[in-house]
Amino acid sequence: MENLLWLVPALPFAGALILIITGTRLSRPLVSLIGVGSVGVSALLTLILGSQFLSAGPTEPVYQQVVWQWFSVEGFNPGIAFHLDALSMVFIFVITFVGFLIHLYSTAYMADDDGFARFFAYLNLFVGSMLVLVLADNLVLLYLGWEGVGLCSYLLIGFWYKEPANGYAARKAFIITRVGDTALAIGLFMLFQLFGTLHIQTIATEAPQTWAVGSQAATIIAFLLLGGAVGKSGQLPLQTWLPDAMAGPTPVSALIHAATMVTAGVYLITRMHVIFELAPTAMLTVAIIGAVTLLIAGCAALAQSDLKRVLAYSTISQIGYMFLALGVGAWSAGIFHFMIHAFFKALLFLSAGAIIISLHHEQNMFRMGGLRKLLPAVFWTFLIGSASLAALPLITAGFYSKDQILWYAMAGERGNTWLYLAGLLGAFITAIYTFRMVFITFYGAPKSHVTHPPGPIITVPLIILAVLSLLGGFIELPHNFGHVVLFSDFLTPLLPAIHANDALGTSEWIFQLVAAIISLSGVYLAYVFYLQKPALQANMEQSSLFRAVHRFWYSGWGFDKLYDTLFVRPYVFLARINKNDIIDKIYAALAAIAQVLNRSLAQTQSGILRWYMMGVVVGALLIITLSLLP
Amino acid sequence: MILAWLIILLMVGGILAWIAGRFNANFARWIALLTTLASFLISISLWLNNPTTTVKATNWMMRYEVPWVPQWGVSFSLALDGLSLLMLLLTFFLGLLSILVSWREIKTKVGFFHFNILWVLAGISGVFLTMDLFLFYFFWEVMLIPMYFLIGIWGHANRMYAAYKFFIFTQASGLLMLLSILGLYFIHGSNTGSYTFNYFDLLGTTFPPAIGPWLMAGFLMAFLVKLPVVPFHSWLPDAHSEAPTAGSVILAGLLLKTGAYGLLRFVIPLFPEAAQAFAPWAMLLGVVGILYGAILAFSQTDLKRLIAYTSVSHMGFVILGVFSFNEWAFQGVVMQMITHGISTGALFIMAGFLYERLHTRDIRQMGGFWPAIPRMGVFASIFAMASLGLPGLGNFIAEFLTLVGSWQANNLLTIFATIGLVAATAYSLRILQKVFLGKNKAEHPLTDLSLREMSIALPLVVAILWLGLYPQPVLDRAKPSVDEQLEAYKKPTIKPEIPAQVTLQTLPADTVRLLNTKGGIHALK
Repeated sequence: MENLLWLVPALPFAGALILIITGTRLSRPLVSLIGVGSVGVSALLTLILGSQFLSAGPTEPVYQQVVWQWFSVEGFNPGIAFHLDALSMVFIFVITFVGFLIHLYSTAYMADDDGFARFFAYLNLFVGSMLVLVLADNLVLLYLGWEGVGLCSYLLIGFWYKEPANGYAARKAFIITRVGDTALAIGLFMLFQLFGTLHIQTIATEAPQTWAVGSQAATIIAFLLLGGAVGKSGQLPLQTWLPDAMAGPTPVSALIHAATMVTAGVYLITRMHVIFELAPTAMLTVAIIGAVTLLIAGCAALAQSDLKRVLAYSTISQIGYMFLALGVGAWSAGIFHFMIHAFFKALLFLSAGAIIISLHHEQNMFRMGGLRKLLPAVFWTFLIGSASLAALPLITAGFYSKDQILWYAMAGERGNTWLYLAGLLGAFITAIYTFRMVFITFYGAPKSHVTHPPGPIITVPLIILAVLSLLGGFIELPHNFGHVVLFSDFLTPLLPAIHANDALGTSEWIFQLVAAIISLSGVYLAYVFYLQKPALQANMEQSSLFRAVHRFWYSGWGFDKLYDTLFVRPYVFLARINKNDIIDKIYAALAAIAQVLNRSLAQTQSGILRWYMMGVVVGALLIITLSLLP
Repeated sequence: MILAWLIILLMVGGILAWIAGRFNANFARWIALLTTLASFLISISLWLNNPTTTVKATNWMMRYEVPWVPQWGVSFSLALDGLSLLMLLLTFFLGLLSILVSWREIKTKVGFFHFNILWVLAGISGVFLTMDLFLFYFFWEVMLIPMYFLIGIWGHANRMYAAYKFFIFTQASGLLMLLSILGLYFIHGSNTGSYTFNYFDLLGTTFPPAIGPWLMAGFLMAFLVKLPVVPFHSWLPDAHSEAPTAGSVILAGLLLKTGAYGLLRFVIPLFPEAAQAFAPWAMLLGVVGILYGAILAFSQTDLKRLIAYTSVSHMGFVILGVFSFNEWAFQGVVMQMITHGISTGALFIMAGFLYERLHTRDIRQMGGFWPAIPRMGVFASIFAMASLGLPGLGNFIAEFLTLVGSWQANNLLTIFATIGLVAATAYSLRILQKVFLGKNKAEHPLTDLSLREMSIALPLVVAILWLGLYPQPVLDRAKPSVDEQLEAYKKPTIKPEIPAQVTLQTLPADTVRLLNTKGGIHALK
């Protein structure tokens, strides 16, 4: 079966190709069949490969397949070659399975759209590129997938292209992520110079033999890779594109900007963990970026009024948790949170999408309200997703994945109190903004009419994801509580295990209790503010300080304005003043001088005889004088 | 002999087309099309008959040499290697497409138009084939004059200005090259006693150190103007935007490549020392060109002018790679010559299609065309993506290899060149946004691509995808030539007199370790 590995990314590509070529000529059911079917078959293949993988036993199973030699120049010979190990297994499972559910959902969500075939072509192209990204056995092919998902993200954010704002958001996303990609590309050049190859496994084996821990080259490369990762994953300082990316259709936000593409940075760092472990400075930076981002984005989420923008900032914040985990060396915890987050955030986005189409494309939470009665199925799934996001203790998967990160941020070898406190504060903020969203949207008086209640094609994926958001956590339970370690065992041969500080070992339950109390109190605070005593909120809005902070957070901490002033405006200004190319003016000046000379010399050709005589006489005098001079 | 026939065929075809055009415009079109098709098929058969796998003593597949002016050492000398074969294929491929795009566009003096097209192609083929510097200069001029007519007669409103500018820039720089050729001729003659213009004989000529850089400068001027490199680029936007579509395709796709070819074929092997001394400056010029061209492209409102400036930006990679002196960069340059020819040629063709429908090149009057012309939208998107260097399309291989190579030569400049990729994203996406996305600004309904137009666009897409996913045949074909141009740089300049004594030492574990890498020796702790 493992020689069918290439089909996993090839099928979605084939689907995209068929849809691009035949496009509008196919009937909608046929388009759905090709679009959903190609990803569905990929998901099935993944399940088969996965079951083989699990039954292979304790040996580290790795499937490798070279499809063809891409190019080969003087020892630089990347292949179109795939490498399936435990890490890529987790990723392709999430991509194909969650991807399939979102494709299915989209057939209903996009049913009335003119660009139905185009939508599925792009979506399939995305799934194919994302699978290439995580399956690539060399960094050049990874870069192909990396840029491919960037392209699809651009195409899908700007899917409704008639609105210029959407086009702007799409270009912003592409260009900002490309800034990160530039760092990544330079990292690849450097890796190639040092290792003579970009084959990931070769680098992973050779790096520890070449570099000592903390060596300069390893640190520089780790930082360059991190540059690529923050761009793609919407982390500080390149996070500004992600909230605007919500201009795309909601299934796109669920698939690309929540579950899969934005976690490519997490994948990259984990995949290259050998280099990061050799660069402690870079590791610490990853953790700090994660901690700061999760706080900044969490605060920004508190101030949003657009349902999707809350979720976007929440995604940035949750990826911050993953970065925090990676930065303290809790590799498996980071990947676990990636998977759980993919479930509950896709669920939240898809539920939000169900609300949005039910209310005829209304996205402002403050014009919703009271939807609990009007959309009961969506209410329950959204509530489950929110509970998981807010990490409500014991019953939700989000609790187990986030608890693990908090624990290692404190007790891990690289962890410290500050990182832990940032994570804990973030958990508190998360609970507040999540339930603020729930209470505003679903409680209170209804403010709008439900025009299109969601059908079964929309609700079934929601229910499946809701089940996963609750039960997904039980494959990895804390040591003092059930001690199920299926997930980390699965990844252990690949990713180094993390050891907790023994001094804290016995007190793990205290930390869990604190985390549980924190998240419950966040929910309670939201309840008090938004349901029980709305007057409190009104009082606070009186204060000018509150309003200033609110505006600041609403704008995402002013980063857009900052970058606009620092980079965009100067660039556009430079381009505009030099539109006619200053260098061309030099040549124009040369031509003008030649013309002036021409005109002045032409005047000597006056045809007046006495001037000519004069010229002859003056010339003769000059020659005589010159020849008489000593 | 077949090489000479290739050029003669085009020239004769050109004259026939001119004569036939006096009777019926379609005769001229068909004669031109069939002549170019025949040349294309001949070069494909040359490819098939010379497999890369066979090991040969020389990388020259064929040579043809007859004395022309023996008393001056001028010969009619043609030779074909992998590099020239690739360039010939590109020439005839784009030549075919230029004739097809002109089918409806050119309605006046059709016979003379096709005469000029075929003679430009003949001149370009001659440049790619000749191994005699006198003849090279001859063909260099043969390219120039028909191109001048193409711009000056069939161009847009400001065509005479553009044609003059093009002519003066290329002619002036060409004369400097002529001076250098003569200098080379006399120095080689006085060194060896045999006065010859033959490329193979002139290779390895030694110059007084004060003279070498000046001789190289003459060649460089001609090639840098043609390429073009900032600050010698300002003829290009005018020429490209005023030329008819076929003219723009040939200019961007082929004429610029003669500059790149000249650098690889002549400057690099003839002047190894001077080239190495000049390398940092040349690379700097390349990087400046990449960024400067990209910024200018971003601000243009004339679609063809915008595309023209992207050429300036992309050609910066060529000079960056050429002066990195390693195989990755050289292969990247060869790929860039081919893929840029295809992708930019394709963008000019798209601009031509739009012009036929709208009679404007001003992108401020465009927008929202996607629903009306979705096929053109798909094609234009693919070529815009190629131009921003999306992996999977040919330009990525070219730029990535060039940058991998230039990184070995100069880290700082490579970083700035890589930043150019962000700028490329900005201008490429701007094209798509301004033309195809946003609110529909079409005043009357547009028709999507016709069958003829599809048959022009489709081969371009296939080619750019093939080059992006499986470029190996091209790389294998170019390898012997690339190796030969690099020959002078691989030899150690100073031979150690005593062979180094190798002794086995045991180092304490903590000492600095020297790591022998592809790019040199790196000290690592």
